[in-house]
This record gives sequence, C-alpha cells and structure tokens, in this order.
Amino acid sequence: MFEHIKISIRITIVLLVITCGLYPLAVWGIGQAFFHDKANGSLITRKGKVIGSEIIGQNFAGERFFHPRPSGAGTDGYDATASGGTNFGPTSKKLLDAITDRTTKYTDTKPAGGIPADAVTASCSGVDPHISPENAASQTARVARANGLPPAQVDNMIRSRTEHRFLGVYGEPRVNVLLLNLDIQDATTKK
Amino acid sequence: MTTLELLKIVIYFLLILAVTKPLGLYMKRVFSKEKTFLDPLLRPVERLVYRVSGVDETKEHDWKQYTIAMLVFSAVGLLLTYLIERIQHLLPLNPDKMGAVAPDLAWNTAVSFTTNTNWQAYSGESTMSHFTQMVGLTFHNFVSAAVGIALAIALIRGIARVSAKTIGNFWVDLTRCTLWVLLPICLAAATLLLSQGVIQNFHPSAEATTVEGKVQKIPQGPIASQEAIKELGTNGGGFFNANSGFPYENPTPSSNLLEMFLIFSLGAGLCYTLGSMTGKLRHGWAVFWAMSILFLAGAFITTYAEQHGNPMHQRLGVATADGNMEGKEVRFGIGDSALFATITTDASCGAVNAWHDSFTPIGGSVPLINMMLGEVIFGGVGAGMYGMILFIVLAVFIAGLMVGRTPEYLGKKIEAHDVKLAMLAVLILAFSVLVGSAVAAATAAGTSSTLNAGPHGLSEMTYAFASATGNNGSAFAGLNANTKFYNIALALSMFVGRFLMIIPLMGIAGSLAAKKKLADTAGTFPVDGPLFTFLLVAMVLIVGALTYFPVLSLGPYVEHFLMNAGKVF
Amino acid sequence: MSAQKKLSLFDPAIVRRALLDSVVKLSPRRMMKNPVMFLVEVGAVLTTILLIPGLSKHVDYLFQTQITLWLWATVFFANFAEAVAEGRGKAQADALRKAKTETTARRLSGPERKEEQVAASQLRKGDLVVVEASQIIPGDGTVVEGIASVNESAITGESAPVIREAGGDRSAVTGGTMVLSDRIVVEITSEPGQTFIDRMIKLVEGAERQKTPNEIALDILLAGLTIVFLFATVTLKPFAIYSGSDVSVTVLIALLVCLIPTTIGALLSAIGIAGMDRVLQHNILAMSGRAVEASGDVNVLLLDKTGTITLGNRQAVEFIAAPGVEASTLAEVAQLSSLADETPEGRSIVILAKERFGLRGRELKTLGSHSIVPFTAKTRMSGIDFEGGRAVRKGATDSVAEYIHSIGGTFPEQVQQDVSRVASEGGTPLVVADGKQVLGTIYLKDIVKGGMKERFDRLRMMGIRTVMITGDNPLTAAFIAREAGVDDFLAQATPEDKLALIRKEQAKGNLVAMTGDGTNDAPALAQADVGMAMNTGTQPAKEAGNMVDLDSNPTKLIEVVEIGKQLLMTRGALTTFSIANDVAKYFAIIPALFLVTFPELQALNIMRLATPQSAILSAVIFNAIIIIALIPLALRGVKYRPLGAGRILRRNLLIYGVGGVIIPFIGIKAIDLLLHAVHLA
Repeated sequence: MFEHIKISIRITIVLLVITCGLYPLAVWGIGQAFFHDKANGSLITRKGKVIGSEIIGQNFAGERFFHPRPSGAGTDGYDATASGGTNFGPTSKKLLDAITDRTTKYTDTKPAGGIPADAVTASCSGVDPHISPENAASQTARVARANGLPPAQVDNMIRSRTEHRFLGVYGEPRVNVLLLNLDIQDATTKK
Repeated sequence: MTTLELLKIVIYFLLILAVTKPLGLYMKRVFSKEKTFLDPLLRPVERLVYRVSGVDETKEHDWKQYTIAMLVFSAVGLLLTYLIERIQHLLPLNPDKMGAVAPDLAWNTAVSFTTNTNWQAYSGESTMSHFTQMVGLTFHNFVSAAVGIALAIALIRGIARVSAKTIGNFWVDLTRCTLWVLLPICLAAATLLLSQGVIQNFHPSAEATTVEGKVQKIPQGPIASQEAIKELGTNGGGFFNANSGFPYENPTPSSNLLEMFLIFSLGAGLCYTLGSMTGKLRHGWAVFWAMSILFLAGAFITTYAEQHGNPMHQRLGVATADGNMEGKEVRFGIGDSALFATITTDASCGAVNAWHDSFTPIGGSVPLINMMLGEVIFGGVGAGMYGMILFIVLAVFIAGLMVGRTPEYLGKKIEAHDVKLAMLAVLILAFSVLVGSAVAAATAAGTSSTLNAGPHGLSEMTYAFASATGNNGSAFAGLNANTKFYNIALALSMFVGRFLMIIPLMGIAGSLAAKKKLADTAGTFPVDGPLFTFLLVAMVLIVGALTYFPVLSLGPYVEHFLMNAGKVF
Repeated sequence: MSAQKKLSLFDPAIVRRALLDSVVKLSPRRMMKNPVMFLVEVGAVLTTILLIPGLSKHVDYLFQTQITLWLWATVFFANFAEAVAEGRGKAQADALRKAKTETTARRLSGPERKEEQVAASQLRKGDLVVVEASQIIPGDGTVVEGIASVNESAITGESAPVIREAGGDRSAVTGGTMVLSDRIVVEITSEPGQTFIDRMIKLVEGAERQKTPNEIALDILLAGLTIVFLFATVTLKPFAIYSGSDVSVTVLIALLVCLIPTTIGALLSAIGIAGMDRVLQHNILAMSGRAVEASGDVNVLLLDKTGTITLGNRQAVEFIAAPGVEASTLAEVAQLSSLADETPEGRSIVILAKERFGLRGRELKTLGSHSIVPFTAKTRMSGIDFEGGRAVRKGATDSVAEYIHSIGGTFPEQVQQDVSRVASEGGTPLVVADGKQVLGTIYLKDIVKGGMKERFDRLRMMGIRTVMITGDNPLTAAFIAREAGVDDFLAQATPEDKLALIRKEQAKGNLVAMTGDGTNDAPALAQADVGMAMNTGTQPAKEAGNMVDLDSNPTKLIEVVEIGKQLLMTRGALTTFSIANDVAKYFAIIPALFLVTFPELQALNIMRLATPQSAILSAVIFNAIIIIALIPLALRGVKYRPLGAGRILRRNLLIYGVGGVIIPFIGIKAIDLLLHAVHLA
C-alpha cells in the first residue's frame, strides 16, 4: 500500500510534466510556427484594432447588416465568455413563445419552404458565426435596400461567402455573417 | 432522413471500421510489450518514467494489487486537482484573475475529471484558470483515459490467461498507454485541429470592438492540446461551456468529423485487441458488430427525430425541411449534430456540439438511453470494453444454459462467483441512476434546478444521474447543476459509476485468469458469429429497457406524445 | 421401480398430495429459500393488509381484492409446481420403504463363527451374515463365500435373477434384495441408515437435494434482476409524484410481481427435481444433482469396448487351415479342444464347427480317459490331454508357438501370416495345435452392437468425443474403433492407463465421463467428472462413481448426458421466456398507470386493453397462469436435439425468446377481453 502511494505520487509528477507540460508546449510550438493566425484566435484587425474573430459570431442588429441567429449567450447574446444556448426543451412554453414572437415579427422575405429555422432558433454556442444561405437570401432585399446596393450584388457577396460541405457530405452550406457584413461595409464605404 | 444524412452516418462508420484493425493490433502490441515503430523514441522515456517513479516493470500484479494501485493512483490525482482548484488564484497562468473554486464545485469537478466523466457544473471560460485547465484537468484527461484502457487490457488478459495469478502491471499499462497510444495520436490530432482554427495560446481574453461598436471579450487559451485528448480519451470536458459547439473548440465540419472519429477510434480498436489477445479474432469482430448495430440504430433514430423537427414550431411557419435547429450550430446542421450526440453518449465522452436538452423528445432519448445502457457502444476508452464484457458474461451465461452446458466464455466457465460480480455491477449502475434521479424528483433541492417543466424536467434530472453514473459528462444542460445537492449527489454517482463498477469487474478478471481453459467442442456455444452478436445486442437492450422503461415513459416518451399534441409547460 | 414408472405427470394421487403440500410450503421460512417467490409472498401479504378498511383512501375493492387473490395464487402455483415435482419421488420412496421392511439377519460372530439372529438395523460395517435361498439380504455388502442367484427387482425393477459370487467383479449385493438359490456369506459394508436403499429413498424424496452450481448461479442472476426491478418500481413512486399522478401501493406491487422473473423463479426447483427424477426413471441413481448437471458438460466419453461397444464376447467366424490341413480337420480339433471351454468364445467355436461342417459336439465323457488343461493367464492356452499322449491345444499365437517349439515342432509361415491378417482385421486369432502339428487358425471376431455407430454420430453432434478403452492390441483396437465409429481408442489399457488418460483429457480442458464396474476401475471412476458404476459392479466401484446404473447398461451414459443438457436448457429457456414476457407486461401496465395524468399515453396501450384496471389485472393473471401452464414443460424438460450449439440456441431463442415476447401480448389481450365480458374489471 505504502509502495503504491509512493509510486503514485512520483508517477503523477512525471506524467504531469509530460502530459501537461511538454505536450501542450509542443502543440503550442506547432501552432505558433505553422498556424500562427489560427492558433491565436483568427482575430480580425481593422485599423490596428481587433474587431472580432473570424470564427466567433458577433451580433448585428442594424438594418444594413445581415443578422446572425438569435443567441442564448449572456444576457444580450453573443457573449463569448458565457457561451451557451437556451436549453429550452421541445415542450417548453418559453421556447414556443420565443419562436412565436420571432416568427410573427419576421419581416424578411419568407422562402417558399417556410421561415429558415436558423433564423428563429438559438444556436449551441451562442456565438454561431454562420447562418444558412436560405436565411441570408431572405435578408438580401432588406440589406440591399438599406445599403443602396443592387440585390444581385448582395446575392453575389452571399455566394462568395458561402462555405460548402466537407467532401460534399459533412457539415451544411453556410454563410459567415461577420465576413459577409464586412464585405457589405467595404462595398458601401468604397462608394 | 435524406440520403446525405444517411451518408454522413455510413461514411463515418466506414472510417471507424477501417481503423479498428490497425489501432487494435497496435494496442495489442503495445500492451504485450511487442515491438512497435515508436520504440526507439519512447523506450528511453518509458525507462526514465519507471526509474523516477520506482516502478519495477518486470513485476506483475494480481487483480487485487492491480485494483489497489489504480485506486491509490486515482486518489492522488483527485486530491491534486481539488487542491489546484482551491488555490488557483495563487498559481501562475491565470491571466483573467479567476478566484478560488468553491469547495463543493471543486470537489465535484475533481471527481468528475478523475472518473473520466468531465461533468462540468461550471462554465469553463469563466471559472477555471489556464493552469487549472491545463494541469488540474488535462492531466486527468490523459490518465483517466489511460486507466480505463489499462483496466480493459487487464480484464482481457484475465480472459486470455489460463490458470494465472497475475493480470499485468498497472504502472506499466498506465505508462505505455499514455506514451504509445494517447500522446502520439493526440499530437497528430491537435495539429489537424490547429489547421482548422482551434486555438493554442496563453493569452488573456481578446477584447474586440465589434462592427456595430460593442465590446466583445473573446477568451483565449491552450485549447487544441486539450481538445485532442478530450475526444480521444472520451473525456468530453470542454474549455468553453458550449464545448464542441464553440467555434474555437470545433470550428469546421472537418474538425467535427475528426473529433467524432477520435471519440470512437480507441473503443473500436479495443474490440480488435480483445480478439487478438484472446486468440479469437472473430469474437472481437462479433463484439464490434454488436456495438456497431447499436450505434447505427441510435444514429438513425436521432437523425430522423431531429430532422422531423418540432410540429408546434412548424405550425408557426418555420421551414419543415430544416428540422429542429434549436441549440444546434449552422455549420453542423441536423446530421452532424445528431451523429455527434449519438457518438458522444455511446462512448462516455460527453463532449457536445449541440444542446441535447433542446433535442426533440425522441432525439434526446437516444443519448439518454445510450448512457443508461452503460455506454457499451464502443464506450469510454476501456470502460466501454469492460462494460461490454459484463454484458457478454451475462449473455453467455443465459446462452450457455440454453444450449445445455455449463456456461463458458472463451473456455472459461462462468460460475456463480462471476455471475454474482457481474450482477453486482449491473445493480450498482441501476441503483445510482434510478435512486439518484428519484431522490432528485422527490425533493425541492432536486426539482428546483430544472429549467424546463413537465416531463422534460424529469428527463433533465434523469439525464444528469445517467450521465454522472455512466461517467459521460454531457448534460441536459438546462439543469442548474452547480448547487450543493447536485454537486454532492452527482459526485457520488460519478464515483459509484466508475470505481464500484471497476472493482467487481477486476474481480471477474482475477477469477477468469485463475480458471482452467475448457476445450472447444461442437456443444460449446460459439461467441464469434452473427447469432452471438444478435444475442449480445438483445441482452444489452433488454437489461436497459427493462430497467429504465418506466422512467423513460414518464420522461421522453410521454413528452413525445405531448409535443405532437401541442402541449407545453 | 417398474410400477412407479407408469405414474403420469398429473396422477390424481400426486396432485392431491401436492395441493396440500403447496399450502404447507407457504410458510415464510420455506419461501425464503426462493427470493423471487418470497418477494411475491411479501407483496401478497402487503396487498392483503391494504384491504383492511380505512388503511388507504379510494379503495377500489373489486379490483384490489382480485389483485390480492391473484398474487396469492401466483405463490400457490409456484409451490404447487415444486410439490408436483416432488410428488413422484415421494411415491417412489414409499415403494422403496416397503422393500426395506424390517428383516432379521443371521450374523456370524466371533472367530468360531457362531450364528445369531439380530435385527438388520443392528448390523455394523464388517459384520458377516449368512443368507440362504428365499431370504432377504439384510444389508449392503460383499459376498465373501459362495455363489447365489439374487432377485434385485426391489432396486432395479428387473425381475430376472442375477448371479452374485465371492471374489471378482460380481460380489456386491444390496440390502433388500432376495437370494433365490444357494447360500452366501456376506460382509456388511455400510453402517445402518446409510445403506443403498436408505440413500436411494433420500435421493428420490429430494430430502438431501442441494442446489447445483449452475442453479446457484442462476439464482443469483434472478435475485439480481429482482432487485433491479425493485429499484425500477420503487422509484416509480417519486417519478409519478413529480409527474403529478399518484400510483397506489397495490398497483406498484402488481407491477413488481409482473416484472420480476416469477415464471422461472416458480419453476426453478421443480425443474431440478424433475431432472433427477428423469434420471431415476432411466434406472440410474445419481448421487447428486451436481453429477447430473456435470454430465451435460461432458465432452469426452470413455467406454469399455467389451460389453459396451461390442457384444460381451467374441465369436468364431472362420476356420483358416494351415497348409496341407483340411479345414474340417481343423474344425474338428478346434471343437474338441473347446468342449471343456464354457466361455462364450469356446461355445461359439463348437457352434461354428457344427454349422460349417456338420460336426456335432461330442459329449466329453464319450472321449475316454482325458484330462482338461484349463486356460490360465500365464499359459494363455487351453486344451485336453488324452490318454496315450495326444494333446490338443488352442490359444494365443505366441503361446502356442512357444509350446510347439518347446516340444520340437515347427510353426508354419502361412499360419503366421493368417494370424497377422486376422489381427489386422480386428479379429482375435486362436491357433489350434494337435500334438506337434499346427492345424490352423480360428478367427474370433468382436461383434459391434447394433446401432452403436448412430449413437456415436449423435454424440459427435452433441460435441462429445468417444474413446474406446480395450485390452486388445492397437491393431485390433483400431479396426473395431473404425467399425464402431468411435473417435479414438486406448489399446492394451491397464487401469493405470485409463486413469492417466482421464487426467490428460482433463488437463486439456475436457470433462470426462466413464463407466466401470471392477474394483480396479475405482480410481478412474473417482477421477472422472462423471463416473457411472454398474450395479453389478463391486462395492468400491459403486462408491467411487457418482452414479450407479441399476440396469448395468453402460450406453445409458448417453441418456444421462442428454438429461443433464435438458436440465440446463430448460432453465435457460424459461429464464429467457420469463424475461421476454416483461416487454408485453410493461406495455399493459405503464400506460394504465398514468393514463389519468397523461391521456396521450394511450398511444402506448398497443393492446387496446379496456380499462387501466383490466390492463393491470390481466397482466397479473397472465403472470400467474403461465406458471401452471408451464409446469408440464418444467417437469418434462425442453426437448434436446443433438444439433450443435449454434442451432440449438437459435431454435430456443426463437421459441422462448421471440415467443416469450409475443405470447403474453396475446394472453393478456385475451384475459382482458374475458374480464371485460364478465364485468370483473
């Protein structure tokens, strides 16, 4: 027994050094050397200031931007330090109320198949950087109008920011909201 | 269900199928101390580990010594983590100045990571310092996984050996598993994850001023290294509260595929190791197929239910084709979320890329049932295998009787002693899940934490105890588990589910190792064909269904009918 | 025991006695031995107490009374099953006791062997008694003097007398059997109360029945499942309260009783008793249930060649004359040399000579003055010396060759070849000589019993390898082994070889069964996992084995193996059936429990049972009645077919697993319709 305790303590220390010291440092080294931007958070800087991360969603409420999904992260949504969803269950009255609210207030173009589900449901992380292409398309008219851009150009921007399935199978087609909105911003400031 | 969703499941399965033999064979070689291509690199490290720790690698343990060594080692790690959490404010690598973790939460978390559960009653990004995440938690991600695999290997040795006293050396198995199996795969996987955008740095949170002019704090940290072992070791504890749903942990569909792949790979490989070490490859494959059938069935059901969506919402004009997107990320959609949920609960991983709490009743019942079945569908690394062997013992017992022979498993007679130990483990698990959730359902301390009312609330509580007992760690996360009651009760369940299950199983290992091997004849029930696979599947389902049908019918099943009838709570 | 064999499963006398016993067995102390049924009894007591007015609110008396009655019925039916199984044994025990009526013994005491009359019950081990014609042998013992024919029908049910004589392997006698002729002196070998008949009575009554290893393991499994279901039902109460509905204790008990494996729990001991009983009906006395169970596991069977695989004796089938000798001359001399040979082989030579050459066997006394040279193990020859120096001999080849050389004759090359041919064909050659001249060879052949090949094929399909044990040379042994279809043989076997073979097979992980009767078989019988001694065998042999075959028919080992397998299969099948039944019971009871709170659960009521009460009641009634319905199966056992384990399992899974899922759906629905029709629910 005493022998076991002695070995336990020693081997714990050795394995700590290997798995919690050497291993993460090795991964850190690889990351910093080969994937520097990504390993440091895929942050986007404009005029020397960090405006967000390419892969972390942020909120857009203004008429001229594409709106991301409803968010359950933090009290105002899109709080990356309080990631999470609503956790409302399928028979939750609060969820039904929220969705009723969002569908009745839905002013964008309704596609033939119905309102895109991602437009009225909260994501898992609360910082979902994407919306579905259908969701984006239904916002085209509003965004084009608000920015004074031709809808076709906005559609083109959506198309160029649409990411596709991995190997044609995994994942879903999606549009990165932040990048798309930056495109919109660029297009309007250039004008 | 669309063809595409079918393909996601099938291609994933084929990937696992493809890796089963090479990984299984590799593990067999590692634990039998046969030559591997990594020996030149790792043998010196291994010898150093033994020299520093005072391990005699030539000595073997009997089942009691093996178990005691494992328990002592786990206890040391448990105390270490508790200590780190309690004094993290005094320790380095705490750029966001996190305070000490409260005692009950610290205890719960220490038990949680020691038992390979990674139940997180806290939200990672706002509670734990980088040091705690890296040292206190990542350490367990490695060693609790290594312990699980070591135990499975010891049990397999027990089956394979004849009239033997010993079942291996715990320290050697632990070390070799960490060095040969976990670390190399993790390094490769972490690199791939980095390429997809998973972060690895020691910066404090980044402060961004968003396009619309608001401030967004974006936490940073050493995630890629933790993410790889989190999936490979079926730990599941995320750096972030949203776990693999958070883009920094799981940024793309391909990182998602990789994570799913990591979760099953070692569990599947161990099926081959079982076959290879016992000299009955076909038996190993029969077990593999039993697990596969259960996995595929679960994946299809969850995907179907999630794709079918919530009729109440669809009546409001939400696109029927989109399915139930509440709590899911757009990049994963229905298919990759449902598949991930099935995999993470088949294995005792518990990482999530979508909120199971927001799944449809049937879609959410599959993860719940997966855990109730004992997570034997590939399962937690090692734990899935030794859990499945429990069912194998029971299945061959009944099958043996039905063919008119004293039941035997690979030539070892299954006697009263072994049945007693196997039943003890089954009983302990059922007790922990059922009695735990019953106490929660009957007390205000239990019910006041539920987010959702009605049958879904019962599902939340049951899910918590099933997850803790099964050492899964995923949650119907609406439940506020960071209360005294849940921190203590669930810590107890995790403890019971891990250690009180291991002790009887190691008893079986010792008992089987000591037995003579009986000759194989035409009268012996073959454990290597489709019939055995079928029997094993039936055994797992029957024991699970009979134990949990009442509570399931009051939880997800009745909720399913209520949802269709348009009732809300 | 022939008279008792005719008792049917449900003989009115047995049923009457069993009904009474079932009530006695309700005593909690007895019920405790069976945890599953004990729990049912506790449940029945609880529901009975709950019927007392004022103890609980909203009592639906018609419903609760019916539940209570059916719970008691469930316990009663289980007891009845056990009592019926014991019934036949008890009837047999009664018959045996009659054979054991108090007899007086003529004990010889002191060195001068003075005869005195004592009661048989006073005989001790080592006493000598004398028994004469038409007297009952007062105790188990060994004949030490004399020879007698004995009627052993009291034990074996076989009325043909058997010969018992001092010395050799036919010396054992059993108390309670009757000497028909002559006088013998018997040394008593058992203490009072421990005689063969005493042991037999205890065995058939089941008084000393101990649970077998597999039964204990199954008991643990069932107890474990019962506790799991206890968790499931007890926790249902808080879950129900959380869900806003209340379930009464009576209903929870009903659910629990339906879920726990009552079917197998009720029939488990009956299956065991009936298995022993079946062994007994084959006239085999198993000393323990463990032995019967072990025989189901046997995978190597050692069988003695002589008497088991072949007819007890070899027969002459051919005369092969030496060059220059007429076959008829050979036949004549062979016959002559065999006249004094009373062995079956000798007689077969006489008969063959008569058949082939019309030679009549002459009476010995017509041959004039002669002396008979008997066969001895040393000379391995026999024959007759006539007056005037003529000597005829027949015997083993080497012995005759040596004899011929010793008197100056030559052994023809051709005869040597004939001898080899006979041996290579599995026959036994006997060489005949008249004076110095070798006349030729008699071909003695082992005759394999009819139907043996089929039996061995059957054994092979069961996964059992047969090994033939013989004293013959390897050549002969191989030939017979091939002809009989055994898998292997051990030639020129000594008792030590036999023991070594058993140890070797056991070391390889095989379970070995063997039969034996001689004293020198005793160590091997004790070493074997299943050792079946012949009743004709010696006392040490009978004590070393764990079974005694009263008919002394070694091939019956095969039946015992099948009974052992049947025993396990019946338990496995009913366990599977019992567990599979639960699926339907859940579908009957769970929706019924919560229909008031959640009308939507009606969707789970796939049997469309009329009301919640009728649903619960139907499940409870089905659960009770299925016990009665399965008693015949439990007593007779699941039919065993030697199909190979995979096929047997598939078959049993289909019948008892899939059938076990489907049948209760039909049964419960039918009972529900009936209950509804007669307005009981």
